Amino acid sequence: MAGSKVRTLFDKVWDAHVVERLPDGTCVLYIDRHLVHEVTSPQAFEGLRLAGRTVRRPDATIAVADHNIPTMGRAQGILEDDSRIQVETLERNVAEFGVPYFPILSPQQGIVHIIGPEQGISLPGTTIVCGDSHTSTHGALGALAFGIGTSEVEHVLATQTLLQRPAKNMLVRVDGDLPVGVTAKDIVLAIIGKIGTAGGTGHVIEFGGSAIRALDMAGRMTVCNMSIEAGARAGMIAPDETTFAYVTGRPYAPKGAALDKALAWWRSLPSDEGAVYDKTVVLDAAEIMPMVTWGTNPEAVVAINGVVPDPLAEADEGRRVQLTRMVEYMGLTVGQKMTDLPIDVVFIGSCTNGRIEDIRAAATIARGRKVAPGVRAMIVPGSGIVRDLAEAEGIDKVLIEAGFEWREPGCSMCLGMNPDKLTPGQRCASTSNRNFEGRQGPGGRTHLVSPAMAAAAAIAGHLVDPREYA
Amino acid sequence: MMDAFTKLTGIAAPMPMANVDTDKIIPARFLKTIKRTGLGVHLFDTLRYDAEGRERPDFVLNREPYRKAEILIAHENFGCGSSREHAPWALLDFGIRCVIAPDFADIFHTNTFKNGILPIKLSREICDQLMEDAKLGENARITVDLAEQVVVRPNGERIPFEIDPFRKHLLLNGLDDIGQTLQHAPAIDAYEASQRADKSWMPGISV
Ligand code: SF4
Repeated sequence: MAGSKVRTLFDKVWDAHVVERLPDGTCVLYIDRHLVHEVTSPQAFEGLRLAGRTVRRPDATIAVADHNIPTMGRAQGILEDDSRIQVETLERNVAEFGVPYFPILSPQQGIVHIIGPEQGISLPGTTIVCGDSHTSTHGALGALAFGIGTSEVEHVLATQTLLQRPAKNMLVRVDGDLPVGVTAKDIVLAIIGKIGTAGGTGHVIEFGGSAIRALDMAGRMTVCNMSIEAGARAGMIAPDETTFAYVTGRPYAPKGAALDKALAWWRSLPSDEGAVYDKTVVLDAAEIMPMVTWGTNPEAVVAINGVVPDPLAEADEGRRVQLTRMVEYMGLTVGQKMTDLPIDVVFIGSCTNGRIEDIRAAATIARGRKVAPGVRAMIVPGSGIVRDLAEAEGIDKVLIEAGFEWREPGCSMCLGMNPDKLTPGQRCASTSNRNFEGRQGPGGRTHLVSPAMAAAAAIAGHLVDPREYA
Repeated sequence: MMDAFTKLTGIAAPMPMANVDTDKIIPARFLKTIKRTGLGVHLFDTLRYDAEGRERPDFVLNREPYRKAEILIAHENFGCGSSREHAPWALLDFGIRCVIAPDFADIFHTNTFKNGILPIKLSREICDQLMEDAKLGENARITVDLAEQVVVRPNGERIPFEIDPFRKHLLLNGLDDIGQTLQHAPAIDAYEASQRADKSWMPGISV
């Protein structure tokens, strides 16, 4: 296999991790890094316990609580019983099975997909899994990273492998230069708008092209994060000098001779010249606008100068029904301008956009301005380290002065498992990744946007082109 | 661990919706459990109950005979969204053992098998036919025969379906994946020791 044919980035990482190929094509795939959190792991540890099994590689595993922890007053403990029980269960399990854990009051704590790269735990060329679909985020480093269910969490804990069939290869190329003020979030929303929420099903998407190469690591993570919203198993970006510069010096990254050895392998990973993809999609970066979702799945997206589309223009009856339901649920009228939509809540955070670069982008817009009356705007840093860094730069003050809430790290209003929720009918400009009905609280209405647009919407009181606030 | 799936004859509930996401199947607020059971009452919670927690009479699973449905028929991209295995757990706890749709989201598809639920991919056209059958309720039971790989319509028509042979084997015998994989433990040991998998550059994690 190795070297015998032209291969993609995905093929190379995959081939290097196949322990055994079974006669029917299923592979026993070795997992280098396993990230564990409180919501999808209790039943997995319980399964191990019942079967008398142990964790095969605690040194390849890291646990953290992020999904349902409070983002205010955390030092007082978790008030909600069921959330507290889940976190306590995780703490008991990691102690019993010897799994490394970042406690909730430590600065290393944060959203699992933020801390993996931040700590240098997620590395190029590795296989990374987590019981969470947005594990695709780590693919930005050139890793093969994908979400798994709880049974598979148990499987990896017990065997350090997964039973998998190879995915198909898909290339999404974004060529050219992005217009000024257009961001990685807009790129990925534009991609999903183009290929749809099932456009990547069965595939691993490799993002390439000059507009992707020009992104910093934070932007690349934003793009790969939402691969799952395009239905893909994973998203990947070939590692390059930007990647190596990012990884070097992180706490768990290789150093010295080990780093040299790693770099030699990482440099061999980009897809070979002439590599073949099962599907290729090309976008022109110059045509991408600041994007915003109007409906209740991420493909229901338009440019900020767009309007609510007419469901009756759809040929397919099922889709007509679905889109009509979206217009109704979102409390919209057909033809309404996106910029005319008033906002009740702004949420800046999540594994999509909770990195320091995202908070800086929000602060740039908020500086010297005020959140519009009646708007609740919250910033939830992706990790303790992001929070500390922002505070060291003084941008927490800029945001607080503008009227934003400055909170403690976690998933927060991305999925409303903790007290941070929308109330029925509230309209939210959110930097997260899912706008499903009720995702941010029952009856809540989510518009997915970039951090810049979210901050601008907080100031304007309605959805707005952030370039007007540059 | 999981129940075997061999042959099932039961009531099918029609759900003519595409992109039924995992937040619809089981909203996040119900994920704070540390057990696999008990989620059935919250299956499709927002579609099934109004804001006061009363059943919505027009939702299919609130109507007879579909309260006892064991098969669910839906449209494209069923199970998209998160990786939460709470989605198949909720389906199973309600009593659903088989979901038929034109296609499924990847992670959900894998998760169903691991919980003894059979996901069957059939064309949109056939799904629509089965949905018409399902509308007849009690009088129109559908049979799913995994060994034979057929769905039998109430009129006796046999519709073949494809399934991964390995998954079929595990499901028919109620086998647990971990047990299967541990048979390959020597290969895993050998991989860890091999030159090809040389990971000496990759630091171990400890805190
Ligand atoms: S921030 Fe949101 S999408 Fe990301 S891991 Fe947390 S809940 Fe999932």
